[in-house]
Order: sequence, then C-alpha cells, then structure tokens
Amino acid sequence: MAVSARPIAPAASLSTRSAPVVRIQVTVNGSPISAEVEPRTLLVHFLREVVGLTGTHIGCDTSHCGACTVHLDGKPVKSCTVLAVQANGRQVRTVEGLEVDGKLSAVQEAFVEAHGLQCGFCTPGMMMTATALLARNPNPTEPEVRDAIRGNLCRCTGYVNIVKAIQLAGKKMQANPTGPGGSP
Amino acid sequence: MIPPAFEYYAPHSVDEAVALLRRFNGEAKVLAGGHSLIPLMKLRLAEPAALIDINRIPNLSFIQEEGTHLRIGATTRTNDLLDSELLRRSYPILPDAAQEIADPLVRNLGTVGGNVCHGDPGNDLPACMLALGAELVTVGPKGSRTLPVSDFYKDTFVTALDPTELLVEVRVPKARARQGSAYQKIEKRVGDFAIAGAAANLLLDASGRVETAGIALTGVGPTAILASAASGALVGQSPDDQHLGHAATLAGTAADPNSDLRGPAEYKRAMASVLTRRALDRALARARGGG
Repeated sequence: MAVSARPIAPAASLSTRSAPVVRIQVTVNGSPISAEVEPRTLLVHFLREVVGLTGTHIGCDTSHCGACTVHLDGKPVKSCTVLAVQANGRQVRTVEGLEVDGKLSAVQEAFVEAHGLQCGFCTPGMMMTATALLARNPNPTEPEVRDAIRGNLCRCTGYVNIVKAIQLAGKKMQANPTGPGGSP
Repeated sequence: MIPPAFEYYAPHSVDEAVALLRRFNGEAKVLAGGHSLIPLMKLRLAEPAALIDINRIPNLSFIQEEGTHLRIGATTRTNDLLDSELLRRSYPILPDAAQEIADPLVRNLGTVGGNVCHGDPGNDLPACMLALGAELVTVGPKGSRTLPVSDFYKDTFVTALDPTELLVEVRVPKARARQGSAYQKIEKRVGDFAIAGAAANLLLDASGRVETAGIALTGVGPTAILASAASGALVGQSPDDQHLGHAATLAGTAADPNSDLRGPAEYKRAMASVLTRRALDRALARARGGG
C-alpha cells in the first residue's frame, strides 16, 4: 500500500492556536501506516486523506449517521468522533479491508445479492457494523439486526433489504465457513 | 468539522494524568470515550489547550464486586455494562440504561466515567447512580477522595469534580437479596437524549415492605435529580399500587423541566411521573425475583 507520510494541515481553522504534530503508527487493513498528524486530526480524515482510503464516508460528522464506521481493534466505531492519535498502535479495518485476495466477504456478497442499498452512501458503514455483528452473532434475528444498526442511518431503503442482506450474510458464513466470503 | 488545535498527552498512569491536569490547571480536558467532548470541540463549545487521553492508563476498565461494593472503572465502555452477566443479574438498572445510551457504535467508545462526570442532565447514568446511592472515587493533586454522587451534580455541566482531579471509579453498594432496580426512558428518536428518564432502586425487607428506595430522574432539570421525597414516601410501606402511585406523583413534583424541542415542561413532568411508576414496577418485580 502506498503511504504518504505528510501531515494533515486542515484548511479552515477558527483557532489560531497550533500544536506540534505527533507521529503515529496505525495498522490499517493489516498494513502498518506511519504518519505525522496534528492531534486534532480525526481518524476519518486520516484514513481518507493520509492513507488514501476513501471508502469510509463522512456523512453527518456529528456521530449520528454511522457512514464513517470502521473497526478499531475489532469493534465498530464512528471514525468522525475518534482522533487519529487515539488509534496509535492499534488495528483499524475499513470497508476496503473486507475483501480478501479479490474475493468479496460474505457481507459484501449478501449486500449485492439482497440489494441492501440504494444510493450506497451508508453502505460502507452499514457493512462494517454488519461484519462486527456477525462476528459476535452469526445467526441474528431481525430485531437483533435492527438493534445492531441503530447507529447507522439509511435515508433510502427503509432498511428492509439491509436487514435481509445481513441475515443472508450470516447464512452464507454458516453454510460455507471456509469458502470465499466465509469470514464475516 | 475539525476541532481547534490542542496539545495531546497519553499518560500511562493516574499520577501522570493528575500531574498533567495540575500543570494545565483547568485548561486541559480529560479524553475518555470522547463522544461528548469531541463534538463539543468541533462546535467550539469547548476549546481546551490540551487533551489528556486516559485510555492508555491500565486498570481503569473493570466491573467487579469487592467487599461491600460493586466497582466500575472510569474507562469501562458503555457496552461493557450490557455484556456483564454480573450486572444483568444483580444491577439490571445499568444494562437497562446502557441499552438506551446513544447507539451500539457510540457505546463501544463512550465510557461510564465520562457519562457520570460530564454533567449533562441528558446523560442516563447519573440518575442510575443517584438511585443506587453510588460514590465517586477521584484522584487529584492532594490525593484520593470518595464523595457521594448525591453531592456531585451542582448545575448543568458543573460538578464537584475539580479541574485538576480525575474520576477513577464509581462504587455502588453491593446488591442484596430482595433488591431490584430498573431504568425507563423515552426519547424522540433512537439514540437521542431523554425527553425524560427515571431510575428506581428498591430493597424489600423479609416481610415484603420497602426497606430502602432510591428514585432519580434524567433530563427534567439542570442536573440529574434525586427525588428524595418520592423515595422517602416508600420506606416502610407496602409496595402496593397506592404507595407506588404516590411516589411517582412526588417524583413528578421533584422534576424541574424546561420547555424545549423535546417537549413542553408540563409534558416532561408528567412523563417523569409515568416513567417513575414504570421503573418502580419493574424494580419491584425484580426485587421479588422476576424480570
């Protein structure tokens, strides 16, 4: 993975204060990334602008919508409300990390097959939350799926196909635990 | 939105964190889960000179019974309250509340300590801790102190925590046989702050009368409110419809809500009563060994 180590200089700052940059090392989708960041750099900006992985979307920027969901040490979190420095020394997995060796994960396959999206903007975050849910609970009921995605807003689908897709992904994982897409 | 610039420190011990808090003398903020603080910083409602990230301090995240108390560490995540078998069994008010806090993703980072000491009257855990009669353990430049949570909330975002002190632990009196607790909340949309919330904690004596009671409210005043008159009216009484109803009415009287986008003051006051009754009913069922 090509890595740029340039510090982020946010364009618009209302504050005249500055703080020294901090060097962090974050393992993103299995690859160690070392970079200098301002402490105020948000994890989502680090992923998109420093690491260059733009699959993680910025939606509301207020920790409501979940479009920016990534895994931090295996747990889904909203990366618009995490500082990049908080991820120092830790593992981050983004939507780009779901696909392994060119094979879609079970969740990705199921979102395609069950058409668990319309515009697609919430989809990366939705799939990261789904992936974390299925790792804990491979056979969730509909209420369990709906509870798990409480923090991921979709303004298109009405959620019906998203719920179907997540349940389908669970079935795929159970039917073929070692095959393509067998991991969540 | 990007927060204003700040210096970042990630101490590895409580003493180191307290030394930093002392050095910045009120100009630094503690970063725990960050899910209240970072949004406030993005909006420039908070512009601390430094953030002191306590997430790398070992042994601040735990849920355990020890001696006469349940101890919960400051950086225990909200979702840890939901996952704890001990809490589900003996302190069900805490999983009740955790389930209602924000959403599962926020709960993976949001902490018990942050929720308790942020001082937002919309936070759900303060009322629970008031109803449970909890104590807060802090460490500051002068050492450690333990203070009852009933003395902690002074006004909106104003608490008894000194800016040079760190909250390290919440202590709850150990649950006993014939004790039950519950939390009830209504919200405009999933994950929102409460329109109103009510926490109830009941201990019954061997004859089934109320031995001790704790009732507290969320979102209906400048701070979480301990409804002492309501709980006092139950002590020594049979927990029947009349007494529970009277306590719920008194809890509504203790509410001090403002009209805002979440509803008119009188509606919130009425809901404080309704939710208190529901929480009492649930707590009673649990005290009697049901769910």
